Amino acid sequence: MVSSEVLIKGQSLTKKFGNFAAVDHIDFEVYKAECVGFLGPNGAGKTTTVRMIYCFLPVTTGKLSVAGMDVSKQSREIKKLVGVAPQEDNLDPDFTVIKNLTVYARYFDISKEEATKRATDQLRFFQLQDKQNVDIVELSAGMKRRLILARALLNQPQILLLDEPTTGLDPQARHLVWDEVRALRKRGVTIVITTHYMDEAAELCDRIFIMDNGKIIEQGKPSELIKKHVGDDVLEFDMDEKLFDALRLELPGAVLETFGDRAHVYTAQSHGVFERFLEKHPASNVMIRNANLEDVFLKLTGRKLKE
Amino acid sequence: MKKAISSPTKFSLPRLTYRVWTVWRRDFDVFMKTVQVNFLPSVLEPILYLVALGFGLGTLVTTINGAPYISFIAPALIAISVMTGSFFECTYASFVRMYYQKTFDAIIATPVSVEEVIGGELLWGATRATINSTIVLAVVAAFGLVSSPLFPLIVLLSFVGGLMFASIAMCFTAIAPNIDFFNYPSFLLITPMFLLSGTFFPLSQLPQAAQVAALAFLPLTHVTNIARGLVMGVMNADYLLIGIPWIGLATIVFFILSINLMKKRLVK
Repeated sequence: MVSSEVLIKGQSLTKKFGNFAAVDHIDFEVYKAECVGFLGPNGAGKTTTVRMIYCFLPVTTGKLSVAGMDVSKQSREIKKLVGVAPQEDNLDPDFTVIKNLTVYARYFDISKEEATKRATDQLRFFQLQDKQNVDIVELSAGMKRRLILARALLNQPQILLLDEPTTGLDPQARHLVWDEVRALRKRGVTIVITTHYMDEAAELCDRIFIMDNGKIIEQGKPSELIKKHVGDDVLEFDMDEKLFDALRLELPGAVLETFGDRAHVYTAQSHGVFERFLEKHPASNVMIRNANLEDVFLKLTGRKLKE
Repeated sequence: MKKAISSPTKFSLPRLTYRVWTVWRRDFDVFMKTVQVNFLPSVLEPILYLVALGFGLGTLVTTINGAPYISFIAPALIAISVMTGSFFECTYASFVRMYYQKTFDAIIATPVSVEEVIGGELLWGATRATINSTIVLAVVAAFGLVSSPLFPLIVLLSFVGGLMFASIAMCFTAIAPNIDFFNYPSFLLITPMFLLSGTFFPLSQLPQAAQVAALAFLPLTHVTNIARGLVMGVMNADYLLIGIPWIGLATIVFFILSINLMKKRLVK
């Protein structure tokens, strides 16, 4: 269960690279045993935030504490508690799969016997046991991601930081990762995920922070954010001036967005609103579907490409 | 932009714990994996030099300070192996680990600090120098060219000298924009040292000004001179008085400097 104990706390947290503020005065709290997601387009500041949490990047201004410790003063103690699965592949290509884990365990002062035991367990869970004596170069992208996750769990972390954990994974491997995340959450591990995948965030996260241009622009439970910003349903149709004008007139609160020749319509209202509208204005190529987190995301961060 | 008051990249004395050895151990494990490939060149190279220069060129050169030419160059080969062993380890090899393999990034996410990662790399560079020079010493001994009972001290000289060259190398790694950059120190520093540090001919053959320059700026000069004393039993005492403090000071200065420069590069 999520407790009320704050485990990670950022106050006016800012990270500048030169004059560019990658993270710009953000405030957030992560509770013990919670799974939170940082969502945002590329360059929003998600990874930078996570890197400050595991003391990889020093904080420019503001405060950041992890398990009650200041990241700028007690980085070593913090890093003992944290497991990190970075976005990029930084597995050690000089070693085999199992040796990657046992060498990494050594950095945590885990004894050789214990390291071998934990490594073997992790490889079994992530279904890599057949590959244990294989060199890293021979692994597929999905296997590498799984090995990075296995590595992040070696020190039995209280806090797990997963930076885009399922990018490049096939659906089977994605579900394997999700299962593990849920299992760890049940065991009381606090998890911070960054992701581009809204279904992943909706599936795993108790709360999410939506970031854009270094700021947190919205936060809350996925279901509440959906209800708040896009209602229960979304109406999609092929662009049609008549229908568009009718919507403007009859649903004045609705947000209409077009991209290409497809229009999306959001309301903050509950089920049935679009059905009633369509009874009066029959049209073809129309779809009413459940609103999801992706709609919230696109509505808040815009449709323009960020890079 | 003004620097924050307690900038984490502020110049400081490195704070190192036993964790440097976990980094050292990583490099050692990789070395042991490819030990056969690592050993062969270390054994073959001194043999080639001794045969080509010692027996080949050496028959044209009579003696140097009363010793056969081959005995004169043998200790220099040991000193050169100290230099190349640590220098190439902490330039090309460290750069690959840092830049291409992101190995340092992975380690810094654990309780090991940036300073300890670099400290471990430097100690490994010194170890690599010691391994190489010990092999060369064995080859030299097999040729019957060791005539001083002080020869076991070569191991100590190699480690300290190796740490010095490793630290100098790491300063270049800290500022290298790409791996080709290392051509500059290789040709502008390593090759001149290889040839001009009293290695293949006595320093006294150089013009006075060049002798002073070699003693002042070329660390290999001092390592060669001490190695010659430990292997042959003859040593230029004046050089020794300069050499030991020179190596000691350079090792400390470059060790601290290189860790700070690397911290500056890695901590953004």
